[in-house]
Amino acid sequence: MSNAENTASEVRDVIIVGSGPAGYTAAVYTARANLKPLLLAGSVTAGGELMNTTDVENYPGFPEGIMGPDLMENFEKQAARFGTEIQFEDVTALQLEGDVKTVTIATGETFQARAIILSTGSAYRELGLPNEKRLSGHGVSWCATCDGFFFKDQDIAVIGGGDSAMEEALFLTKFAKSVTVVHRRDSLKASKIMADRALAHEKISFIWNSTVDDVIGENKVTGLKIKNLLDGSVSDLAVTGVFVAIGNDPRTELVKDTLDITPAGTIAVEGRSSKTSIPGVFAAGDVVDPTYRQAITASGSGCVAAIDVEHYLADLHA
Amino acid sequence: MSNAKDVTDASFGTDVLSADKPVIVDFWAEWCGPCRKLGPILDEISVEYSEKVNVVKVNVDDNPAIAAEYGITSIPAVYLFQDGQVKNTVIGAKPKQFFEKEFADVLS
Repeated sequence: MSNAENTASEVRDVIIVGSGPAGYTAAVYTARANLKPLLLAGSVTAGGELMNTTDVENYPGFPEGIMGPDLMENFEKQAARFGTEIQFEDVTALQLEGDVKTVTIATGETFQARAIILSTGSAYRELGLPNEKRLSGHGVSWCATCDGFFFKDQDIAVIGGGDSAMEEALFLTKFAKSVTVVHRRDSLKASKIMADRALAHEKISFIWNSTVDDVIGENKVTGLKIKNLLDGSVSDLAVTGVFVAIGNDPRTELVKDTLDITPAGTIAVEGRSSKTSIPGVFAAGDVVDPTYRQAITASGSGCVAAIDVEHYLADLHA
Repeated sequence: MSNAKDVTDASFGTDVLSADKPVIVDFWAEWCGPCRKLGPILDEISVEYSEKVNVVKVNVDDNPAIAAEYGITSIPAVYLFQDGQVKNTVIGAKPKQFFEKEFADVLS
């Protein structure tokens, strides 16, 4: 994959760990500042969450909308255009203290830099049920655009009440016989436009104030045990597919013992900057943002990180 | 570079079940983003481990019978076959090192 020369003594200006809107925007800006960034995008997760969605209608600049993967391909091309070195390698370790930081990838190879930008994003949250894991790929899924195709004319459940859950539910109506949304509250957290679309759709029905107690099935999903949170009663829902869309957890495994982490589980940053608790280490995108988590806010924070890096490096030389 | 061969409903028996080596079967489709990410990784494996395993790809749009027979409801799905039997499965795109570890029995 990579033929890049990497002498042990080469210390770069900046390495960006993670891609997506945050990482690629940081790459565009640091590349244009002549910092020759190295961006390490995950070998299979490169591009982030937008790779698993279809139409992106709310990213400004695209009045007709754009497909998620296409948008990310554009971001990648733009970053490369200005000289970003992009490698599709998984980062397995980070040494962040001191003036020179070290990044280790899965092959054991290491890279060094004076500044690091972390844009590792977040990963889908699981229900945490043993049968959910067991039946993953056999009726349990976290990605409607990936797997919806296999559930033609079936009764499907979508767990969740936010925008992702509504998108999944609406997308699945293309294939499913019926879509039942199971949400633990009595109203949707989703944006008004998405909520209205889902509520109005004839194929989508809702079970409120409820959670999934268990996933039923021997070799594949045959149903769910639904628990009503108001009266504690448990009932069966006959479905052959369940799509879990209950949110995402920030990917902080590599840094949770080194950097300050907020109660929400995100990397703590100073005010509106991208500065983490270690000088020279900056973070952007969903890994710092538990609240807004949009492609456009991630892009914005990637730019902030790039400019913070520029200032940091300039101060080092001052 | 890739040694991966495309396999169909019709050729599955010969190419996979009766193969003389273990076979890594990649179930994929055009519209599946993660499948496209995984493709090159399996291509690498097909070259590096060509003595030990064959790597084949099954497009589920074109070959629904095989996909249904093995209960595929999520792609990418990578099935390791040996002597006509499913020995191991990996659902979802994973890094190369993951496969090297998971399929270590036949790769090493």
